Amino acid sequence: MLHINNLKVSVNEKTILNGIDLHVNPGEVHAIMGPNGSGKSTLANVLAGREDYEIEGGSIFFDGKDLLEMEVDERAHAGIFLAFQYPVEIPGVSNATFLKSIVNAVRKANDQPELNAPQLLKLLREKIDLLGMDQKLLQRSLNEGFSGGEKKRNEMLQMALLEPRLGILDETDSGLDIDALRIVADAVNQLRSPERSFIVVTHYQRLLNYIVPDVVHVLYNGRIVKSGDKSLALLLEEKGYDWVKEEANAIAQ
Amino acid sequence: MSDSMQTLEAHTRSDYKYGFTSDIETETIPKGLSEDVVRLISQKKNEPEWLTEWRLKAYRHWLTMTEPVWPNVHYPAIDYQDIIYYAAPKPKKELSSLDEVDPELLRTFEKLGIPLDEQKLLAGVAVDAVIDSVSVKTTYKEKLAELGIIFCSFSEAVKEHPELVRQYLGSVVPATDNYFAALNSAVFSDGSFVYIPKGVRCPMELSTYFRINERNTGQFERTLIVAEEGSYVSYLEGCTAPMRDENQLHAAVVELVSMDRASIKYSTVQNWYPGDKNGVGGIYNFVTKRGLCAGYQSKISWTQVETGSSITWKYPSCILKGDESVGEFYSVAVTNNYQQADTGTKMIHLGKNTKSTIISKGISAGFSNNSYRGLVKIGKKATNAHNFSQCDSLLMGDKCGAHTFPYLEVENSTAKVEHEATTSKIGEDQLFYLQQRGLSEEDAINMIVNGYCKEVFNELPMEFAVEAQKLLAISLEGSVG
Repeated sequence: MLHINNLKVSVNEKTILNGIDLHVNPGEVHAIMGPNGSGKSTLANVLAGREDYEIEGGSIFFDGKDLLEMEVDERAHAGIFLAFQYPVEIPGVSNATFLKSIVNAVRKANDQPELNAPQLLKLLREKIDLLGMDQKLLQRSLNEGFSGGEKKRNEMLQMALLEPRLGILDETDSGLDIDALRIVADAVNQLRSPERSFIVVTHYQRLLNYIVPDVVHVLYNGRIVKSGDKSLALLLEEKGYDWVKEEANAIAQ
Repeated sequence: MSDSMQTLEAHTRSDYKYGFTSDIETETIPKGLSEDVVRLISQKKNEPEWLTEWRLKAYRHWLTMTEPVWPNVHYPAIDYQDIIYYAAPKPKKELSSLDEVDPELLRTFEKLGIPLDEQKLLAGVAVDAVIDSVSVKTTYKEKLAELGIIFCSFSEAVKEHPELVRQYLGSVVPATDNYFAALNSAVFSDGSFVYIPKGVRCPMELSTYFRINERNTGQFERTLIVAEEGSYVSYLEGCTAPMRDENQLHAAVVELVSMDRASIKYSTVQNWYPGDKNGVGGIYNFVTKRGLCAGYQSKISWTQVETGSSITWKYPSCILKGDESVGEFYSVAVTNNYQQADTGTKMIHLGKNTKSTIISKGISAGFSNNSYRGLVKIGKKATNAHNFSQCDSLLMGDKCGAHTFPYLEVENSTAKVEHEATTSKIGEDQLFYLQQRGLSEEDAINMIVNGYCKEVFNELPMEFAVEAQKLLAISLEGSVG
């Protein structure tokens, strides 16, 4: 489904990703772990099409399409969803208006009939109940004054509404207490299906207790230096990142 | 929202869609301004002697004045002898039914989305249409007359209700008030007149649609609205002009008078031709708008959405004379490309316990300059006056400018005056967020901008709010990219 080959990315002439190879099959959950500054968030943002990055080389194919040739919104239409680490606030735009607009924008782009107001409302209620969210969040301005937990829940709501092919969680767990963490994990687990894949970017193993990954990758200095099953995450939790760094440095020399 | 997003989308792909010209036979007088021209205009309109004199007095005073240079706008000197001061669609005969109106004229208004055919009108909106200088048709007049409401062209009011016109004309904006008001007073050709009798709540929105069609003409219309004790009226004003590569002058005067417990709500969606991408052409919109809250607990509320004109220079103001009177100003001013706007309000508190609110939202894009200029004055006798001002500026790109010039004069220590101001840039983070959810760049911009303007749009009547959203979309098209 997703094939990243030898991806090299820089920002302001500084190399951040230095030859990433990653292959995600339908239904799989991949965790990307790594120390701070290893390039985890860059990878997530490059997949979504953020402009601040210079693609120096390599390729990304998603369902056979050349992702690097696609605009941000086209990628969203194709089924890529990025749950943001810091969701932005947009004053004056009601959350409900925003959610309805994005549902229809994606439907329209995929030649599906747009939903009318009652259908949208029904869908919204359904997903909100699924996530155990408060209906009141709909009436407020998009993310404005939301607590950290509310923002992340709202991200999950958007993901549930858009039903993407690939959900990318960029450190969604940062700053969340254990209850909020569970809600995020529950949302992801509910959406897991044989057709849908996830990339979970996280610094800590904690989230992976709830979202059990099929594969764990360790990113260091812009490369995936180690991959394994979920036990790798536990090992990192126990021993920290230093041993991975040492191994990687040894190989590099 | 999906519906309005669709409309927005449709409109973002279009250029200035009102830029057509209509092939209407027009009677114009030669270019230039003199006492003779002023007399000629007055004569063409069969005006009474007092009005001719009033015009001449204004003209003579205008000759002694100089064009103001304090606004934060720049333009080449205007040659006032190179303007046609009177243009009217032919034939200029009394029109009693729609059948007698030039079909081309009706097509023009239909193209603008304003069917004058009463059957086709949206229920609840009465329209007075002014093309170039002359009022063409007022709808629903009879129905309103049953309530004693007068809604007609200014010329007609001069003929039919001379006592009212004479009493109130120039009572809020004196003929000598400022350079452009004096010019308007000398040469104004038509406009709208509204009179709401005591205790009457006007059952429909009253609307005037202004259209400049003829080349080289200026448009100088006057609007006068009088709301008697305990009455209410909501008035809408819309304007467009063809695309032309020379600048055209629009210098209007609007006077509002609100008596005891009366309330006037005045909404404008100003979409005069803004000029092209390089700043060539467009309307100079130099307008004086002022309301007098004459009575106890009277209220005047201005809402404006300014997207058009190459230069906008206007300060819809309230004189809060009556005790406990209320003045409001809600404004969205958008400038793109090389447009310039210097706009704001004046709230003059004279009565006790008077209250004013100013919400101004400026949006600058391209190479444009957008200034808010506002005065809050609390007079000696205005005890417990209260003002709240909020002036926000939104910048799109890094070649535009936003400026704020708040003036405050407080002569009474009991006054409570609050001022908040913010300047922000449309964030790439916001755009990326919305696009990542599947919105196109333009829809994303529209959503952010509409959110930013929401407080003002909420003040507009429903159908105008939709229009305003569309206009914003068109005005900001291609401003980020």
